[in-house]
Amino acid sequence: MQIRIIKDKIISKLMLVFTLASVSVLLVIGIGLFYRSLPLLQKISFYHLISSSIWKPLKGLFGFFPFIMGTLWVTGIAIIIALPLSLLTAIYIVEYAPAKVRKVLSPFVNLLSGIPPVIFGVWGVLFIIPLIQDHIAPHFVEFSTGYSVLAGGVVLAVMIFPLIVSIISEVLRTIPKELKDASLSLGATQWETIKKVILRKAIPGIIAAVVLAISRAFGETIAVLMVCGNNAVVPHSVFEPGYPLPALIANNYGEMLSIPMYDSALMFAALLLFIIILLFNLISRLILANLERKLSA
Amino acid sequence: MKKRKFEEWCVKVFMVLATIIVTGSFFLIVGTVFYKGFHYMNWDMITKTPSGGFYIGKAGGILNAIIGSLYVAGGATILGLVISIPVALYINLYLKSKLIYANTLRLVFDVLFGIPSIVYGAFGFLIMVYFGIRASLLGGIIAVTLLVIPILVRTLDEVIRTVPNELRDATLSLGATRWEVAKVILRQVRPGIFTAILLSFGRAIGDVASVLFTAGFSDNVPTSLHEPAATLPLAIFFQLGSSVEEVQGRGYASALILTIIVLIITVLSEILIKRFSKHKIQ
Repeated sequence: MQIRIIKDKIISKLMLVFTLASVSVLLVIGIGLFYRSLPLLQKISFYHLISSSIWKPLKGLFGFFPFIMGTLWVTGIAIIIALPLSLLTAIYIVEYAPAKVRKVLSPFVNLLSGIPPVIFGVWGVLFIIPLIQDHIAPHFVEFSTGYSVLAGGVVLAVMIFPLIVSIISEVLRTIPKELKDASLSLGATQWETIKKVILRKAIPGIIAAVVLAISRAFGETIAVLMVCGNNAVVPHSVFEPGYPLPALIANNYGEMLSIPMYDSALMFAALLLFIIILLFNLISRLILANLERKLSA
Repeated sequence: MKKRKFEEWCVKVFMVLATIIVTGSFFLIVGTVFYKGFHYMNWDMITKTPSGGFYIGKAGGILNAIIGSLYVAGGATILGLVISIPVALYINLYLKSKLIYANTLRLVFDVLFGIPSIVYGAFGFLIMVYFGIRASLLGGIIAVTLLVIPILVRTLDEVIRTVPNELRDATLSLGATRWEVAKVILRQVRPGIFTAILLSFGRAIGDVASVLFTAGFSDNVPTSLHEPAATLPLAIFFQLGSSVEEVQGRGYASALILTIIVLIITVLSEILIKRFSKHKIQ
């Protein structure tokens, strides 16, 4: 009898240790990255690091502005493409599609989310790059190789489709049926009901989905790296190449221990990503949790 | 009146178009990969390691990357499970009365889930430098384990939450300790654990950024934890960058193999989730 209780006590303490250890990973990552980027931060001010455009590691010049702009360009393009398409898809799946169609559609959204990033990259190289080079860019600019922030944005957009669709459908499903029925019974069409009643209720959830999608897009590495062109200048049009932060880290890890301060600079890039994504994730998760609580009450 | 109907019709057309684009992109991607990769597929591809140098050698296949990927993804999933099952049980059984703690932990794991793999890769690299481990199978497994723990914990947590409270209460009222309750619950959620394993394995086998710094690359099948290991996604990435056509072709074939593996895993987990929710007591 005693042994069982002692066993229970020991196991519960062990579980606590495992839990604390895995939760503290979040803290340890932050501290570790900060500690390793400290040498760079002590030499160059934070403001200068993120506002300077000169990237010459061999001369000790580390300006992250082109990379930050590269990240913002591809993320911006991705959201502009993905949000309207995903929102319409989610509304269609939840509100319009007949049960049979819905059953067929939802698995494909899941299948899309299961495809590894590198495959999106391969697809980008094989499909999107030639499409931009031969069919889209010639209408706007004289010459483009296709490797551009636009290509990065399109590939990212497809990657975040499933995330936005699944969160928005989830939110749409939680909206009480009574609200919809009341609006319909007053003679509103289905679209009017969606526009004026359902979407208004779902706005916090849609914002949360977008914030989450942005943080996902910020951190996406390999697919973007393969199609973006990776040129450390600030892009001025969608057909110019860009160089997002994750691609910077992934492309240069090989040299990072041979050039002074280079490893510190790459860890600083990782720290920037970590902090931004942490904040964005926290915000969207809190919005979603709040929404869930409000609707279940 | 007409205008309202017209608007309804327009919006509906747009919705159907958007849905076709979103679901169609899946077929477009898989179709592109099949179209390009099928041509280069042959039996050697999955039974031989590359010969004559990775970037220039024209012969051989990608057995090294297939086995390497299975090792990394398998090792990380097993290690991740050992850590995640106790965590998920702890959150649901031991913290059940303290909902604030449990929800805070869930939030932390959600946030960890959102941290990109490149950050896990960089952090894994820091750990390896700190402990003096070189790029190896072990390093890759450590980094990927960090990546899959949040997935495993959140999936297991969702699954355990579906177990009716009455089961727990009945077991407790018979005088069982909480650990004995945990064993009963684990038996109840076995299909859910398989789902979690599949999800984690699928994510682990497809991820590049976390193994880029940590697992290294090699033409041989690793024979110990301290040897560098090739992985499928990295093999795709490196081989596409080659200027030799045969090597590029091997890259396309690798992409096809990885896509097939991941599709099988996703379909299996879909089926399992369906079956699992069918038996759920409402």
